[in-house]
Amino acid sequence: MENLYTLTAHELLGILDKKSVSPEDIIESVCSRAAAVDAKVKGYVNIDRPRAASGAPSGKLRGIPVAVKDNICVEGELTTCASKMLSGFRPPYSATVIEKLKAEGAVVLGRTNMDEFAFGSSCEYSAYFPTLNPWDASRIPGGSSGGSAAVVAADEAIMALGSDTGGSIRQPAALCGIVGMKPTYGRVSRYGLIAFASSFDQIGPLTKDVRDAALLLGVIAGYDEKDSTSVNTPVPDYLGCLTGDVKGMKIGIPKEYFVDGMDKEVDAAVREAVALLESKGAKVSEVSLPHTEYAVAVYYILSTAEASSNLARFDGVQYGHRCENPGNILDMYERTRGEGFGAETKRRIILGTYVLSSGYYDAYYLKAQKVRTLIKNDFDKVFGAGFDCILTPTSPTPAFKVGERSSNLLSMYLSDIFTISVNLAGVSAISVPCGFTKSGLPIGMQLIGDYFEEGKLFRAAHAYESHTDWHKRSPKL
Amino acid sequence: MDYEPVIGLEVHVQVKTASKMFCGCTTEFGGPPNSHTCPVCLGFPGALPVLNRKALICAIKTALAVGCKVSGEVKFHRKSYFYPDLPKDYQVSQYDEPLSENGKIDVLAEGKTRAIRIKRVHMEEDAGKLIHEEGENSSLVDFNRSGMPLLEIVSEPDINSPEEAYQYLTKLKLLLRYLDVSDCDMEKGSLRCDANISIRKKGDTGLGTKAEVKNMNSFKGVKSALEYEIERQVKCAEAGERIMMETRLWDPARCVTVPMRSKEEAHDYRYFPEPDLVPFALDPSLVESERRGLPELPEAKKARFIGVLGLPEYDADVLVQEKDNADYFEACLEYYDKPKIVSNWLMGEVAAFLNSKGIPITELKMRPQGLAGLLREIDSGKISGKMAKDIVLEMCESGKDAGAIISEKGLSQISDTSELEKFADEAISENAKTVEDFMKGKDSALMFLVGQVMKKTRGKANPAMVNEVLRKKLAAKK
Repeated sequence: MENLYTLTAHELLGILDKKSVSPEDIIESVCSRAAAVDAKVKGYVNIDRPRAASGAPSGKLRGIPVAVKDNICVEGELTTCASKMLSGFRPPYSATVIEKLKAEGAVVLGRTNMDEFAFGSSCEYSAYFPTLNPWDASRIPGGSSGGSAAVVAADEAIMALGSDTGGSIRQPAALCGIVGMKPTYGRVSRYGLIAFASSFDQIGPLTKDVRDAALLLGVIAGYDEKDSTSVNTPVPDYLGCLTGDVKGMKIGIPKEYFVDGMDKEVDAAVREAVALLESKGAKVSEVSLPHTEYAVAVYYILSTAEASSNLARFDGVQYGHRCENPGNILDMYERTRGEGFGAETKRRIILGTYVLSSGYYDAYYLKAQKVRTLIKNDFDKVFGAGFDCILTPTSPTPAFKVGERSSNLLSMYLSDIFTISVNLAGVSAISVPCGFTKSGLPIGMQLIGDYFEEGKLFRAAHAYESHTDWHKRSPKL
Repeated sequence: MDYEPVIGLEVHVQVKTASKMFCGCTTEFGGPPNSHTCPVCLGFPGALPVLNRKALICAIKTALAVGCKVSGEVKFHRKSYFYPDLPKDYQVSQYDEPLSENGKIDVLAEGKTRAIRIKRVHMEEDAGKLIHEEGENSSLVDFNRSGMPLLEIVSEPDINSPEEAYQYLTKLKLLLRYLDVSDCDMEKGSLRCDANISIRKKGDTGLGTKAEVKNMNSFKGVKSALEYEIERQVKCAEAGERIMMETRLWDPARCVTVPMRSKEEAHDYRYFPEPDLVPFALDPSLVESERRGLPELPEAKKARFIGVLGLPEYDADVLVQEKDNADYFEACLEYYDKPKIVSNWLMGEVAAFLNSKGIPITELKMRPQGLAGLLREIDSGKISGKMAKDIVLEMCESGKDAGAIISEKGLSQISDTSELEKFADEAISENAKTVEDFMKGKDSALMFLVGQVMKKTRGKANPAMVNEVLRKKLAAKK
């Protein structure tokens, strides 16, 4: 028999139902795999051998081990956002997505590495250690959900949860050769997700194929009365959307996304994918998202503004790190935060504090909000014209070298150039593997859908996947 | 040189809801420190706020009652500052688009009624409480109060004297209690008031440099603090000193205001829209139904008591000071239709009883039907007003009705003429001297004889009848 850890969740569910394997077998297989290879990947910051639920497995994810990014609260378990600031922090409650996973029989396998507080695109800004790309250990896995992407790619988890604020699910998924989806803002409850930028953050799946992504999103999506930004609209049957064909789907190719300086192999792979979809009956035409060039600037104003406020609570009063022997309250704040936060986190807090300061608010925050609306309007126009999805590269380059961009912030920030607009608008998007470079690095393409049209994305992505085998390749570890 | 004060008040009231503003924790006062808390009001990472609908309704009611225009959209902002009693290190509040703006409260002071304009009424959450223990090198935090719903009611600088400030607060409190929005108990902290005050030369229209005065714990305290502050600022001005823009604390023990640390001034609150609470349109029909559902407010009630029920202004004013008293009064009228008589009893015996026991009228055992019954017994002549004063006390204590007490104690008034005649004859024969005086024309002598009859009947005789019987008998003697 094949090693269980190499299988997808939907494959495992099939075997489980035939009773040829038990949930314990799956956990055992995945844990052994992690024990064998995680030293090379360093995707987990914390892994416990979970106990399988007693009794006959039941639920849509019965017995499936799911890795969880370190910024999603699990009651009583270490949840640290890969930050010294939250070292030792065990939340007194679980995120809604965790409750939903457990209600469907999934087991939380371990906590995956990330850029501290999700600030980063390479997983190098973790307070623990950098995670490495399973396809090439000299390269980064992407970020900030780099740990989740790497452990799925390395078969150390069957599936994983990540969070996406500006591309943090899709970019590492692309760089690690797996599927990653950022759902529509409001589709998945944020309750229990330690906030980076509240109006951008969404939790989403990182999986080995599109069917698993549809399966996992179906479990975690839905209205939550504990999250005022979650939207009360029914969750469609995503698995039912996987028809295998794209005939008649209108796909837009935004001219602004095929830019100078983009990696040639990425460009070629994505264009090939477009041609394939077209050959299978999709109607492809060029579209324009004219305000794309402002997306990165707008994002770094608005997301840092929210982050500076969201991270204010880490003050040493109630939980997490507190400096030794504070002399007075100001000293406590300064040293606690000075010691607890890493350099990138401090940069973002300072930037965010600056743009919200009186005298600068109108020039930065307010202006950026206006441009955000223009960017949203860009998408509304395209989808309003009847396009089912927009196809772009996920990342302008394949995985870069460890250390290559951590000293050049602008190049790091530009890693998310194709993913950020989606979060600014709040629409949905999925990244699926669409090729490899000559040197064997995965390439991903992004399909962007209208609000609450994840079903269309799954349909198109699944159809593409069923004509390709990129997603079936595994790194040699 | 003549100066006049310019005063604006910022009032925070705790709204009477069962649960906190953004979570399900109880708003009950007291409880061991940090027992009324959850991840949301403790600001734990990942926890999110959900607006309490009742708190919003209370805010709308208040806004409407002070004549504010209610906004079409509900939008929250974050107000950022670091302080250990503020668990998220930002407060969820309202900023450039408050729930409501532009209202007023009419205030009577020094014989003149003036409108004090209300700038805005908005919603925000409360912070926790720091506890500094004597001799300790650290402080404790109690988050029970964290996330309690507050209304901030901000006046324009229209207030011209400490007395007007006092009247404004009294009016506001009365209004909020009528709306059942808040207890407005300053001692429990359910109403807090900060005052902005400056002075200017009489006749000037510009505004002087203001001081913000905090830490007053009663309405009288507000008045005293303002009086002190006016005097201080005037002295300052007269001495040619510059008045500083600063925050000062009222020290009720020494009756002075003292400057707070000046560092406090450099605050930049970095307001921005709260992304965890999506702005939402306020359903105009909800606002309309709240408007229609507003109770009769004290002013209108007072006018009706005077105009329709014919009460003197004084009585009307006293009765409307507590909505429960006014309700009790009106309930009595359903059973007994003489408003002024009911008012007399409520302001007299009943008020005295309540005061002596320190209880509100809602806890009074005597219900309105009971009081009405007693008043009818007086009208029927069964008991005297004097007897009724004793009976009403017992009714207040026990809740029994008047009839039961009267028969239990054999208190009914003797109105039987033949029985009274017997006592009258006795009195006449026993007091020959007095009878003689009366015969000589000393009319007051009759009162002595009435008194004697009352004494013989232990007060149970109907005095009017005794009077009549005695007159008849004495006339017959002439």
